[in-house]
Amino acid sequence: MKNKQIDKQLIKNLAIIVIVFAAIEFLLYGDLLTRQFRSLLIPVCINVILAVSLNLTTGFLGELTLGHAGFMSVGAYTGALVTMNLNLPMIIEFPIALIAGGLVASLFGVIIGVPVLRLRGDYLAIVTLAFGEIIKSIINSLKITNGAMGLSNIELHGNYKNFGYVFFLTVITIFAIKNMVNSRQGRAVCSIRDNYIAAEAVGINVSKFKVMAFVVAAFFAGIAGVIYGHNVGTLKPTTFDYNKSIEILVIVVLGGMGSIKGSVIAAIILTILPEMLRSADEFRMFLYAVVLIAMMIFNSSQIKQRILSSDIFLKLKKTKKEA
Amino acid sequence: MGILQNILEQFINGLRSGSIYALIALGYTMVYGIAKMINFAHGDIIMVGAYALYVGLSILHLPAILAILLSLVVCTIFGVVIERVAYKPLRSAPPLAVLITAIGVSFLLQSVSLLIFGATPIPQESIVKFAGIKIGGLSISGITVVTLIVTTICMISLTWFIQKTKMGSAMRAVAEDKGAAELMGIDVNKTISLTFAIGSALASIAGILYVCQYQSLKPTLGAMPGIKAFVAAVLGGIGSVPGAMLGGIILGLIESLSKAYISTELSDAIVFGILVLVLLIKPSGLLGKIRKEKV
Repeated sequence: MKNKQIDKQLIKNLAIIVIVFAAIEFLLYGDLLTRQFRSLLIPVCINVILAVSLNLTTGFLGELTLGHAGFMSVGAYTGALVTMNLNLPMIIEFPIALIAGGLVASLFGVIIGVPVLRLRGDYLAIVTLAFGEIIKSIINSLKITNGAMGLSNIELHGNYKNFGYVFFLTVITIFAIKNMVNSRQGRAVCSIRDNYIAAEAVGINVSKFKVMAFVVAAFFAGIAGVIYGHNVGTLKPTTFDYNKSIEILVIVVLGGMGSIKGSVIAAIILTILPEMLRSADEFRMFLYAVVLIAMMIFNSSQIKQRILSSDIFLKLKKTKKEA
Repeated sequence: MGILQNILEQFINGLRSGSIYALIALGYTMVYGIAKMINFAHGDIIMVGAYALYVGLSILHLPAILAILLSLVVCTIFGVVIERVAYKPLRSAPPLAVLITAIGVSFLLQSVSLLIFGATPIPQESIVKFAGIKIGGLSISGITVVTLIVTTICMISLTWFIQKTKMGSAMRAVAEDKGAAELMGIDVNKTISLTFAIGSALASIAGILYVCQYQSLKPTLGAMPGIKAFVAAVLGGIGSVPGAMLGGIILGLIESLSKAYISTELSDAIVFGILVLVLLIKPSGLLGKIRKEKV
């Protein structure tokens, strides 16, 4: 009975993915999109990957990480250096770059994950922020990354012409994280979030699962970085600063911490909306800040409780379930 | 002689920036001790103080003393209002929610000042007209002397306030045990507001000194000193007032010496590397107390 339900869900999800993909491909090949929209396709995918992977640590593990942009930059630089030095056809070179970028980023995930084992909450957030800054200043001073000038002329393997590729990667990321969260490991991670002392008491290896969540999140952030580098064609250390990490955090918070569907939707909205409102660009940061504060206060206020327990809401929920 | 003089000069530079970090770190440490939260927006209060000084001097054309007062008052009000509006509703919320709100407030302050004053740096002349002193071959700039004197006065009076006055002991009591303090008749909300007010006033002084040093204003000017001061607070042991002072000065010295003798680009990495090391080896910091977590 339960298996059948899961299958149904899976088929439904697959159908949605195929339809979305077909629709976008149709629009792309029919040249029906404006340049502006075409240039947004890849950033949307990148932000979806970033948000979903950050959700693993922030939403499911319950630890705020402020260095996600650092992982992204490690991946981006690794991937770019691979394709710039390899001179192979794209079909071989790009997967190597993706895997290399993901692996090096996850190596950094281990490096960062191990020290943070002893820390939780505020301290952990600050240490991840510190690591992000360390990565930035090291990239800034290394010769191979060309310092503050950054890398340019990266082959554009990840631009809209290869949208199918990037879309496929995005779908894989979502599925991988979703499956992980619903697995034994994912439940262990969630139990650490809910009460780590209790989790420890029932025999969950807290350190192991904490590092695992960090490494998986870093891996996908690295992949997002590789795609980013091969979409834009240039890399600069300043792109991956604290603000970028916060931007991803805003997506996760708006979509709902611990909700993958929410992250995906919020990533799409928060990537497209600022582009549509180009004229009000200065207000973007302002809006982000307001979103963060308002969501947090709303979540822990009485208003939300009242809405959730009000008759109208319950009725809505009931009808939805019946349908 | 030349090398020794050079080292001494770097040492004094480090002492100057370190004492500014210490002033900011005091705000972090006091708020953490009482409200058990990292006030991420604290760094941006420095920026508010700096801009308030600019508005007072260059737009309202006030004399320097009044402009300093204006900056102090504005920062204090900001600190208290932020606490009331953003942090108070979340007092029983999980720490993650409070932390995200604090980051939101920090972003809000930066973006509002970006909207008002724009992204281009605004030049602002130093209000310190004192030329500096010379000891032997060593010259110390006026701003350095003023910074050292001002921060010393601030630290002594803060220590006196916390140790000797009634409000100071109320603050210590709330930091120790909020519930018990409330039962003893201490107004916890008022004490928390007072802490935010004092922390923000110190941040405004730090902001004024910072602007006099670098003579330019931009919306993100508080972010870096803020984070570094937080490192200082952790280094000294968060929650401990003498620890924040010590941590700030040590951090300033390390930063200045590594800038001069190792690498300018890597100095930030070194500062943050220290944070990681401290948290790894002695998470309670140099002067902090260890608290066992109970189930």
